Amino acid sequence: MMTALHAKPVIAVVDYGMGNLHSVVKALELVAEGHAVVQLTRDPDVVQRADKVVFPGQGAMKDCMGELNASGLKQAVLAAAQSKPFFGVCVGAQLLLDHSEEGDTPALGFYAGEVKRFPDGQRDAEGQRLKVPHMGWNTVHQTRAHPLFAGIEDGARFYFVHSYYMQPADPALTLGQTDYPFAFSAIIGRDNVFATQFHPEKSHTAGLALLRSFVAWDGQS
Amino acid sequence: MPLAKRIIPCLDVTSGRVVKGVNFVGLRDAGDPVEIARRYNEQGADELTFLDITASSDDRDLILHIIEAVAEQVFIPLTVGGGVRRVEDVRRLLNAGADKVSINTSAITNPQLVADCAAKFGSQAIVVAIDAKAVTPENDRWEVFTHGGRNPTGLDAVAWAQRMQALGAGEILLTSMDRDGTKIGFNLPLTRAVSDAVNIPVIASGGVGNLQHLVDGVREGHADAVLAASIFHFGEFTVGQAKALMQQNGIEVRL
Repeated sequence: MMTALHAKPVIAVVDYGMGNLHSVVKALELVAEGHAVVQLTRDPDVVQRADKVVFPGQGAMKDCMGELNASGLKQAVLAAAQSKPFFGVCVGAQLLLDHSEEGDTPALGFYAGEVKRFPDGQRDAEGQRLKVPHMGWNTVHQTRAHPLFAGIEDGARFYFVHSYYMQPADPALTLGQTDYPFAFSAIIGRDNVFATQFHPEKSHTAGLALLRSFVAWDGQS
Repeated sequence: MPLAKRIIPCLDVTSGRVVKGVNFVGLRDAGDPVEIARRYNEQGADELTFLDITASSDDRDLILHIIEAVAEQVFIPLTVGGGVRRVEDVRRLLNAGADKVSINTSAITNPQLVADCAAKFGSQAIVVAIDAKAVTPENDRWEVFTHGGRNPTGLDAVAWAQRMQALGAGEILLTSMDRDGTKIGFNLPLTRAVSDAVNIPVIASGGVGNLQHLVDGVREGHADAVLAASIFHFGEFTVGQAKALMQQNGIEVRL
Protein backbone atom coordinates (compact mmCIF):
# COMPACT_ATOMS: atom_id res chain seq x y z
CA MET A 1 0.00 0.00 0.00
CA MET A 2 1.21 3.44 -0.82
CA THR A 3 1.78 5.64 2.20
CA ALA A 4 1.44 9.39 2.25
CA LEU A 5 5.21 9.69 2.47
CA HIS A 6 5.67 7.95 -0.86
CA ALA A 7 2.63 9.43 -2.55
CA LYS A 8 3.10 10.80 -6.01
CA PRO A 9 3.14 14.57 -6.36
CA VAL A 10 -0.22 16.09 -7.16
CA ILE A 11 -0.66 18.63 -9.94
CA ALA A 12 -3.94 20.47 -9.44
CA VAL A 13 -5.60 21.89 -12.56
CA VAL A 14 -7.87 24.66 -11.34
CA ASP A 15 -11.39 24.31 -12.71
CA TYR A 16 -13.43 27.45 -12.13
CA GLY A 17 -15.94 26.69 -14.83
CA MET A 18 -14.19 28.45 -17.70
CA GLY A 19 -13.91 26.31 -20.76
CA ASN A 20 -12.56 23.02 -21.88
CA LEU A 21 -9.87 21.66 -19.59
CA HIS A 22 -9.85 18.21 -21.14
CA SER A 23 -6.75 18.91 -23.24
CA VAL A 24 -4.75 20.46 -20.40
CA VAL A 25 -5.41 17.44 -18.21
CA LYS A 26 -4.69 14.91 -20.98
CA ALA A 27 -1.47 16.65 -21.99
CA LEU A 28 -0.23 16.74 -18.37
CA GLU A 29 -1.15 13.08 -17.87
CA LEU A 30 0.75 12.15 -21.02
CA VAL A 31 3.97 13.94 -20.04
CA ALA A 32 3.75 12.94 -16.34
CA GLU A 33 4.01 9.30 -17.44
CA GLY A 34 2.47 8.14 -14.20
CA HIS A 35 4.99 9.95 -12.00
CA ALA A 36 2.47 12.57 -10.88
CA VAL A 37 -1.26 12.64 -10.28
CA VAL A 38 -3.14 15.21 -12.33
CA GLN A 39 -6.24 16.37 -10.54
CA LEU A 40 -8.89 18.57 -12.09
CA THR A 41 -10.46 20.37 -9.15
CA ARG A 42 -12.89 23.05 -8.01
CA ASP A 43 -11.93 22.57 -4.40
CA PRO A 44 -9.74 25.30 -2.82
CA ASP A 45 -8.40 22.76 -0.30
CA VAL A 46 -7.13 20.52 -3.08
CA VAL A 47 -5.41 23.50 -4.69
CA GLN A 48 -3.89 24.38 -1.33
CA ARG A 49 -2.57 20.87 -0.73
CA ALA A 50 -1.33 20.26 -4.28
CA ASP A 51 2.39 20.19 -5.02
CA LYS A 52 1.96 22.12 -8.24
CA VAL A 53 -0.81 24.17 -9.74
CA VAL A 54 -1.90 24.74 -13.32
CA PHE A 55 -4.19 27.72 -13.79
CA PRO A 56 -5.90 27.69 -17.21
CA GLY A 57 -8.59 29.98 -18.51
CA GLN A 58 -10.39 30.88 -21.68
CA GLY A 59 -13.34 32.94 -22.72
CA ALA A 60 -14.23 36.40 -21.51
CA MET A 61 -12.01 37.93 -18.80
CA LYS A 62 -14.95 39.31 -16.82
CA ASP A 63 -16.61 35.89 -16.64
CA CYS A 64 -13.32 34.26 -15.63
CA MET A 65 -12.82 36.74 -12.80
CA GLY A 66 -16.47 36.43 -11.78
CA GLU A 67 -16.26 32.64 -11.57
CA LEU A 68 -12.98 32.83 -9.71
CA ASN A 69 -14.52 35.09 -7.09
CA ALA A 70 -17.75 33.08 -6.83
CA SER A 71 -16.00 29.71 -6.55
CA GLY A 72 -13.89 30.71 -3.57
CA LEU A 73 -10.77 29.66 -5.49
CA LYS A 74 -9.23 33.12 -5.71
CA GLN A 75 -7.28 32.97 -2.43
CA ALA A 76 -6.08 29.43 -3.10
CA VAL A 77 -4.80 30.46 -6.53
CA LEU A 78 -3.01 33.52 -5.15
CA ALA A 79 -1.46 31.44 -2.35
CA ALA A 80 -0.26 28.88 -4.89
CA ALA A 81 1.31 31.59 -7.06
CA GLN A 82 3.24 32.73 -4.00
CA SER A 83 4.46 29.36 -2.88
CA LYS A 84 4.67 26.48 -5.38
CA PRO A 85 5.41 25.67 -9.02
CA PHE A 86 2.63 27.47 -10.83
CA PHE A 87 1.77 27.41 -14.54
CA GLY A 88 -0.76 29.92 -15.92
CA VAL A 89 -2.23 29.44 -19.39
CA CYS A 90 -3.88 32.08 -21.60
CA VAL A 91 -6.50 33.95 -19.55
CA GLY A 92 -4.99 32.17 -16.53
CA ALA A 93 -1.77 34.10 -17.28
CA GLN A 94 -3.55 37.39 -18.00
CA LEU A 95 -5.42 37.17 -14.69
CA LEU A 96 -2.12 37.49 -12.81
CA LEU A 97 -1.88 41.16 -13.83
CA ASP A 98 -3.81 44.11 -12.31
CA HIS A 99 -6.38 44.87 -14.89
CA SER A 100 -7.70 44.02 -18.34
CA GLU A 101 -9.15 46.29 -20.97
CA GLU A 102 -11.49 43.39 -21.81
CA GLY A 103 -14.70 44.45 -20.08
CA ASP A 104 -12.63 46.89 -17.94
CA THR A 105 -11.99 44.03 -15.53
CA PRO A 106 -9.90 44.22 -12.35
CA ALA A 107 -7.79 41.04 -12.22
CA LEU A 108 -5.81 39.31 -9.47
CA GLY A 109 -3.03 41.91 -9.28
CA PHE A 110 -0.35 39.37 -8.47
CA TYR A 111 1.89 41.39 -10.78
CA ALA A 112 1.55 45.05 -11.71
CA GLY A 113 0.51 45.40 -15.33
CA GLU A 114 -2.22 45.71 -17.93
CA VAL A 115 -3.93 43.40 -20.38
CA LYS A 116 -4.59 45.33 -23.59
CA ARG A 117 -6.39 44.72 -26.87
CA PHE A 118 -4.49 44.39 -30.13
CA PRO A 119 -5.41 47.40 -32.27
CA ASP A 120 -7.42 46.65 -35.42
CA GLY A 121 -6.00 47.38 -38.84
CA GLN A 122 -2.34 46.63 -38.11
CA ARG A 123 -0.10 45.39 -40.92
CA ASP A 124 3.10 43.39 -40.95
CA ALA A 125 6.35 44.39 -42.68
CA GLU A 126 5.03 43.05 -46.01
CA GLY A 127 1.86 45.09 -45.72
CA GLN A 128 -0.30 42.04 -44.92
CA ARG A 129 -3.20 42.73 -42.65
CA LEU A 130 -2.93 41.33 -39.12
CA LYS A 131 -6.21 39.83 -37.96
CA VAL A 132 -7.55 39.89 -34.41
CA PRO A 133 -7.74 37.42 -32.68
CA HIS A 134 -4.06 36.64 -33.09
CA MET A 135 -4.73 33.00 -33.97
CA GLY A 136 -2.24 30.33 -34.92
CA TRP A 137 1.40 29.33 -34.55
CA ASN A 138 3.86 32.10 -33.79
CA THR A 139 7.47 32.15 -32.69
CA VAL A 140 8.48 32.76 -29.08
CA HIS A 141 11.82 34.43 -28.43
CA GLN A 142 13.23 33.35 -25.07
CA THR A 143 14.23 36.65 -23.47
CA ARG A 144 15.72 35.04 -20.34
CA ALA A 145 17.17 31.64 -19.58
CA HIS A 146 14.72 29.40 -17.75
CA PRO A 147 14.77 25.72 -16.71
CA LEU A 148 11.42 25.13 -18.47
CA PHE A 149 13.03 26.01 -21.81
CA ALA A 150 15.15 22.83 -21.65
CA GLY A 151 15.08 21.14 -25.04
CA ILE A 152 13.08 23.92 -26.71
CA GLU A 153 14.86 26.00 -29.29
CA ASP A 154 14.71 29.78 -29.12
CA GLY A 155 12.11 30.86 -31.67
CA ALA A 156 10.05 27.65 -31.47
CA ARG A 157 6.42 28.08 -32.52
CA PHE A 158 3.49 27.79 -30.12
CA TYR A 159 -0.26 28.00 -30.66
CA PHE A 160 -1.89 31.31 -29.74
CA VAL A 161 -5.50 32.39 -29.78
CA HIS A 162 -6.20 35.73 -28.13
CA SER A 163 -7.29 39.30 -28.80
CA TYR A 164 -5.68 40.78 -25.66
CA TYR A 165 -2.02 40.73 -24.68
CA MET A 166 -0.09 41.08 -21.42
CA GLN A 167 1.96 44.14 -20.59
CA PRO A 168 3.63 43.69 -17.18
CA ALA A 169 4.88 46.92 -15.58
CA ASP A 170 8.25 45.33 -14.81
CA PRO A 171 9.92 44.29 -18.09
CA ALA A 172 12.01 41.78 -16.12
CA LEU A 173 8.85 39.66 -15.73
CA THR A 174 8.86 38.87 -19.44
CA LEU A 175 10.44 35.46 -20.09
CA GLY A 176 9.39 35.15 -23.73
CA GLN A 177 8.35 37.56 -26.47
CA THR A 178 6.33 37.32 -29.68
CA ASP A 179 5.82 39.86 -32.47
CA TYR A 180 2.35 40.85 -33.74
CA PRO A 181 3.70 43.08 -35.19
CA PHE A 182 5.13 44.73 -32.05
CA ALA A 183 6.78 42.58 -29.38
CA PHE A 184 4.43 41.52 -26.56
CA SER A 185 4.92 39.25 -23.54
CA ALA A 186 4.21 35.67 -24.59
CA ILE A 187 5.49 34.34 -21.25
CA ILE A 188 5.65 36.09 -17.89
CA GLY A 189 6.88 34.87 -14.54
CA ARG A 190 9.42 34.99 -11.75
CA ASP A 191 10.68 32.45 -9.22
CA ASN A 192 8.03 29.69 -9.04
CA VAL A 193 5.63 31.23 -11.56
CA PHE A 194 5.60 30.58 -15.31
CA ALA A 195 2.62 31.80 -17.31
CA THR A 196 2.08 31.61 -21.07
CA GLN A 197 -0.23 33.52 -23.37
CA PHE A 198 -0.11 30.58 -25.78
CA HIS A 199 -1.59 27.13 -25.21
CA PRO A 200 1.15 24.57 -24.47
CA GLU A 201 -1.50 21.83 -24.46
CA LYS A 202 -2.25 22.68 -28.11
CA SER A 203 1.34 23.30 -29.20
CA HIS A 204 2.34 19.76 -30.14
CA THR A 205 5.98 18.83 -29.46
CA ALA A 206 7.20 22.19 -28.11
CA GLY A 207 4.17 22.58 -25.86
CA LEU A 208 4.45 19.08 -24.47
CA ALA A 209 8.18 19.65 -23.81
CA LEU A 210 7.31 22.71 -21.75
CA LEU A 211 4.72 20.79 -19.73
CA ARG A 212 7.12 17.87 -19.27
CA SER A 213 9.69 20.25 -17.79
CA PHE A 214 7.02 21.75 -15.55
CA VAL A 215 6.15 18.30 -14.17
CA ALA A 216 9.82 17.87 -13.21
CA TRP A 217 10.36 21.47 -12.06
CA ASP A 218 11.23 22.35 -8.45
CA GLY A 219 10.08 25.95 -8.87
CA GLN A 220 13.58 27.46 -8.92
CA SER A 221 14.35 29.75 -11.82
CA MET B 1 9.29 35.88 -37.80
CA PRO B 2 5.57 36.41 -38.30
CA LEU B 3 2.53 34.30 -37.57
CA ALA B 4 2.46 31.15 -39.72
CA LYS B 5 -0.27 30.47 -42.25
CA ARG B 6 -2.07 27.32 -41.19
CA ILE B 7 -2.70 24.10 -43.08
CA ILE B 8 -5.80 22.32 -41.84
CA PRO B 9 -6.73 18.84 -43.02
CA CYS B 10 -10.50 18.32 -42.87
CA LEU B 11 -12.08 15.02 -41.96
CA ASP B 12 -15.67 14.50 -43.11
CA VAL B 13 -17.10 12.00 -40.66
CA THR B 14 -20.26 9.94 -40.96
CA SER B 15 -21.29 7.11 -38.64
CA GLY B 16 -17.81 6.98 -37.16
CA ARG B 17 -15.82 6.83 -40.41
CA VAL B 18 -13.98 9.43 -42.49
CA VAL B 19 -15.44 9.73 -45.98
CA LYS B 20 -14.93 11.95 -48.99
CA GLY B 21 -17.27 12.62 -51.88
CA VAL B 22 -17.69 15.09 -54.69
CA ASN B 23 -20.33 17.73 -54.00
CA PHE B 24 -21.65 15.56 -51.16
CA VAL B 25 -22.41 12.55 -53.39
CA GLY B 26 -20.47 9.37 -54.10
CA LEU B 27 -18.86 9.08 -50.68
CA ARG B 28 -15.65 7.02 -50.46
CA ASP B 29 -14.45 5.51 -47.22
CA ALA B 30 -11.14 7.09 -46.22
CA GLY B 31 -10.61 5.37 -42.87
CA ASP B 32 -10.68 5.58 -39.09
CA PRO B 33 -10.86 9.18 -37.81
CA VAL B 34 -8.54 8.70 -34.84
CA GLU B 35 -5.91 6.99 -36.96
CA ILE B 36 -6.13 9.65 -39.67
CA ALA B 37 -5.95 12.46 -37.10
CA ARG B 38 -2.77 10.95 -35.66
CA ARG B 39 -1.21 10.67 -39.10
CA TYR B 40 -1.90 14.32 -39.92
CA ASN B 41 -0.59 15.38 -36.53
CA GLU B 42 2.65 13.53 -37.23
CA GLN B 43 2.86 15.16 -40.66
CA GLY B 44 2.78 18.59 -39.04
CA ALA B 45 -0.86 19.66 -39.49
CA ASP B 46 -1.48 22.97 -37.70
CA GLU B 47 -5.05 22.13 -36.75
CA LEU B 48 -7.68 19.54 -37.61
CA THR B 49 -11.27 20.10 -38.60
CA PHE B 50 -13.94 17.42 -38.23
CA LEU B 51 -17.14 17.87 -40.15
CA ASP B 52 -19.91 15.60 -38.92
CA ILE B 53 -22.06 14.81 -41.94
CA THR B 54 -24.01 12.04 -40.19
CA ALA B 55 -27.57 12.14 -41.44
CA SER B 56 -29.18 9.99 -38.76
CA SER B 57 -29.71 11.54 -35.36
CA ASP B 58 -29.09 8.08 -33.83
CA ASP B 59 -25.42 8.29 -34.74
CA ARG B 60 -24.91 11.93 -33.67
CA ASP B 61 -23.15 11.11 -30.42
CA LEU B 62 -20.47 9.12 -32.24
CA ILE B 63 -18.65 12.35 -33.04
CA LEU B 64 -18.32 13.11 -29.32
CA HIS B 65 -16.52 9.81 -28.74
CA ILE B 66 -14.28 10.40 -31.73
CA ILE B 67 -13.30 13.87 -30.49
CA GLU B 68 -12.63 12.51 -27.01
CA ALA B 69 -10.36 9.83 -28.42
CA VAL B 70 -8.52 12.25 -30.72
CA ALA B 71 -8.08 14.86 -27.97
CA GLU B 72 -6.32 12.28 -25.79
CA GLN B 73 -3.61 11.73 -28.38
CA VAL B 74 -3.39 14.77 -30.59
CA PHE B 75 -2.25 18.04 -29.02
CA ILE B 76 -3.11 20.58 -31.69
CA PRO B 77 -6.34 22.59 -32.04
CA LEU B 78 -9.45 20.67 -33.04
CA THR B 79 -12.50 22.20 -34.71
CA VAL B 80 -15.79 20.36 -35.05
CA GLY B 81 -18.79 21.27 -37.16
CA GLY B 82 -21.93 19.76 -38.58
CA GLY B 83 -25.42 19.69 -37.14
CA VAL B 84 -24.75 22.30 -34.44
CA ARG B 85 -28.11 23.85 -33.56
CA ARG B 86 -28.10 24.82 -29.91
CA VAL B 87 -25.80 26.29 -27.28
CA GLU B 88 -25.92 22.87 -25.65
CA ASP B 89 -24.51 21.21 -28.80
CA VAL B 90 -21.54 23.57 -28.62
CA ARG B 91 -21.00 22.90 -24.94
CA ARG B 92 -20.97 19.13 -25.45
CA LEU B 93 -18.44 19.35 -28.27
CA LEU B 94 -16.15 21.66 -26.29
CA ASN B 95 -16.40 19.39 -23.27
CA ALA B 96 -15.49 16.41 -25.43
CA GLY B 97 -12.22 18.15 -26.31
CA ALA B 98 -12.99 20.42 -29.27
CA ASP B 99 -11.30 23.83 -29.14
CA LYS B 100 -13.60 25.45 -31.66
CA VAL B 101 -17.06 24.65 -32.92
CA SER B 102 -18.19 25.56 -36.40
CA ILE B 103 -21.75 26.77 -36.96
CA ASN B 104 -23.17 26.78 -40.47
CA THR B 105 -26.89 26.52 -41.31
CA SER B 106 -28.00 27.42 -37.78
CA ALA B 107 -26.16 30.74 -38.05
CA ILE B 108 -28.51 31.55 -40.92
CA THR B 109 -31.72 30.28 -39.36
CA ASN B 110 -30.82 31.66 -35.93
CA PRO B 111 -28.02 34.28 -35.97
CA GLN B 112 -28.55 34.86 -32.24
CA LEU B 113 -26.99 31.41 -31.67
CA VAL B 114 -23.62 32.84 -32.79
CA ALA B 115 -23.93 35.76 -30.37
CA ASP B 116 -25.04 33.49 -27.52
CA CYS B 117 -22.22 31.01 -28.06
CA ALA B 118 -19.58 33.73 -28.40
CA ALA B 119 -20.77 35.32 -25.16
CA LYS B 120 -20.82 31.96 -23.38
CA PHE B 121 -17.65 30.30 -24.67
CA GLY B 122 -15.67 33.21 -26.11
CA SER B 123 -15.22 34.26 -29.72
CA GLN B 124 -12.08 32.13 -29.99
CA ALA B 125 -14.25 29.01 -29.77
CA ILE B 126 -16.81 30.01 -32.41
CA VAL B 127 -16.22 29.53 -36.12
CA VAL B 128 -18.92 30.42 -38.62
CA ALA B 129 -18.87 28.29 -41.76
CA ILE B 130 -20.06 30.01 -44.92
CA ASP B 131 -20.80 28.08 -48.11
CA ALA B 132 -20.82 30.57 -50.97
CA LYS B 133 -20.86 30.60 -54.73
CA ALA B 134 -20.75 33.13 -57.49
CA VAL B 135 -24.12 34.44 -58.69
CA THR B 136 -22.70 36.53 -61.53
CA PRO B 137 -20.78 35.32 -64.61
CA GLU B 138 -18.07 37.86 -63.75
CA ASN B 139 -17.51 36.06 -60.42
CA ASP B 140 -17.78 39.35 -58.56
CA ARG B 141 -20.81 38.73 -56.36
CA TRP B 142 -21.33 35.70 -54.14
CA GLU B 143 -24.32 34.36 -52.31
CA VAL B 144 -24.54 32.15 -49.23
CA PHE B 145 -26.03 28.71 -49.90
CA THR B 146 -27.13 25.87 -47.64
CA HIS B 147 -27.66 22.12 -48.10
CA GLY B 148 -24.53 21.44 -50.09
CA GLY B 149 -25.02 24.39 -52.39
CA ARG B 150 -28.63 23.60 -53.36
CA ASN B 151 -30.53 26.22 -51.38
CA PRO B 152 -29.87 29.92 -51.96
CA THR B 153 -30.36 32.17 -48.94
CA GLY B 154 -30.40 35.58 -50.61
CA LEU B 155 -27.51 36.64 -48.35
CA ASP B 156 -24.45 38.34 -49.80
CA ALA B 157 -21.40 36.34 -48.66
CA VAL B 158 -19.21 39.35 -47.86
CA ALA B 159 -21.91 41.17 -45.91
CA TRP B 160 -22.78 37.94 -44.12
CA ALA B 161 -19.17 37.41 -43.02
CA GLN B 162 -19.09 40.95 -41.65
CA ARG B 163 -22.34 40.39 -39.79
CA MET B 164 -21.02 37.16 -38.26
CA GLN B 165 -17.89 39.00 -37.10
CA ALA B 166 -20.09 41.65 -35.50
CA LEU B 167 -22.09 38.95 -33.68
CA GLY B 168 -18.91 37.52 -32.18
CA ALA B 169 -17.56 34.86 -34.56
CA GLY B 170 -13.83 34.42 -34.01
CA GLU B 171 -13.07 32.93 -37.40
CA ILE B 172 -14.73 32.31 -40.79
CA LEU B 173 -14.53 28.96 -42.57
CA LEU B 174 -15.28 29.94 -46.16
CA THR B 175 -16.11 27.19 -48.63
CA SER B 176 -16.16 27.95 -52.36
CA MET B 177 -19.30 25.88 -52.88
CA ASP B 178 -19.03 25.90 -56.66
CA ARG B 179 -15.53 24.43 -56.30
CA ASP B 180 -16.07 21.82 -53.60
CA GLY B 181 -14.73 18.46 -54.77
CA THR B 182 -13.78 19.80 -58.22
CA LYS B 183 -10.02 19.97 -57.65
CA ILE B 184 -9.71 23.20 -59.67
CA GLY B 185 -8.74 25.39 -56.72
CA PHE B 186 -10.40 27.89 -54.39
CA ASN B 187 -12.64 30.62 -55.76
CA LEU B 188 -9.90 33.22 -55.21
CA PRO B 189 -11.86 36.44 -55.82
CA LEU B 190 -14.47 35.25 -53.31
CA THR B 191 -11.81 34.31 -50.76
CA ARG B 192 -10.01 37.62 -51.13
CA ALA B 193 -13.22 39.65 -50.95
CA VAL B 194 -14.27 38.00 -47.69
CA SER B 195 -10.80 37.96 -46.10
CA ASP B 196 -10.22 41.65 -46.87
CA ALA B 197 -13.66 42.60 -45.57
CA VAL B 198 -13.29 41.16 -42.06
CA ASN B 199 -10.77 41.56 -39.28
CA ILE B 200 -11.01 37.94 -38.07
CA PRO B 201 -9.07 35.06 -39.64
CA VAL B 202 -10.51 33.37 -42.72
CA ILE B 203 -9.93 29.72 -43.60
CA ALA B 204 -10.23 28.98 -47.32
CA SER B 205 -11.89 25.70 -48.28
CA GLY B 206 -13.30 23.90 -51.30
CA GLY B 207 -11.79 22.80 -54.58
CA VAL B 208 -8.19 22.04 -53.64
CA GLY B 209 -6.68 19.64 -56.17
CA ASN B 210 -2.97 20.29 -55.81
CA LEU B 211 -0.51 22.02 -53.53
CA GLN B 212 -0.22 25.14 -55.68
CA HIS B 213 -3.91 25.78 -54.90
CA LEU B 214 -2.99 26.13 -51.23
CA VAL B 215 -0.28 28.64 -52.08
CA ASP B 216 -2.76 30.58 -54.24
CA GLY B 217 -5.30 30.63 -51.41
CA VAL B 218 -2.83 32.50 -49.21
CA ARG B 219 -1.09 34.62 -51.85
CA GLU B 220 -4.05 35.50 -54.06
CA GLY B 221 -6.96 34.76 -51.75
CA HIS B 222 -5.41 36.43 -48.67
CA ALA B 223 -6.53 33.45 -46.57
CA ASP B 224 -5.11 33.10 -43.06
CA ALA B 225 -5.41 29.32 -43.24
CA VAL B 226 -6.16 26.75 -45.92
CA LEU B 227 -8.25 23.63 -45.49
CA ALA B 228 -8.21 20.53 -47.67
CA ALA B 229 -9.49 17.00 -47.45
CA SER B 230 -9.10 14.62 -50.36
CA ILE B 231 -5.57 15.58 -51.44
CA PHE B 232 -4.39 14.42 -48.02
CA HIS B 233 -6.75 11.48 -47.40
CA PHE B 234 -5.76 9.33 -50.29
CA GLY B 235 -2.05 9.83 -49.82
CA GLU B 236 -1.59 12.05 -52.89
CA PHE B 237 0.25 14.65 -50.83
CA THR B 238 1.42 15.04 -47.26
CA VAL B 239 1.01 18.11 -45.08
CA GLY B 240 4.80 18.35 -45.04
CA GLN B 241 4.92 18.63 -48.85
CA ALA B 242 2.28 21.35 -48.72
CA LYS B 243 4.32 23.32 -46.20
CA ALA B 244 7.52 22.91 -48.18
CA LEU B 245 5.88 24.39 -51.28
CA MET B 246 4.36 27.24 -49.29
CA GLN B 247 7.74 28.03 -47.80
CA GLN B 248 9.36 28.02 -51.27
CA ASN B 249 6.77 30.62 -52.21
CA GLY B 250 7.77 32.86 -49.34
CA ILE B 251 4.85 31.97 -47.08
CA GLU B 252 5.55 31.68 -43.37
CA VAL B 253 4.77 28.15 -42.15
CA ARG B 254 5.44 26.12 -39.02
CA LEU B 255 7.92 23.39 -39.88
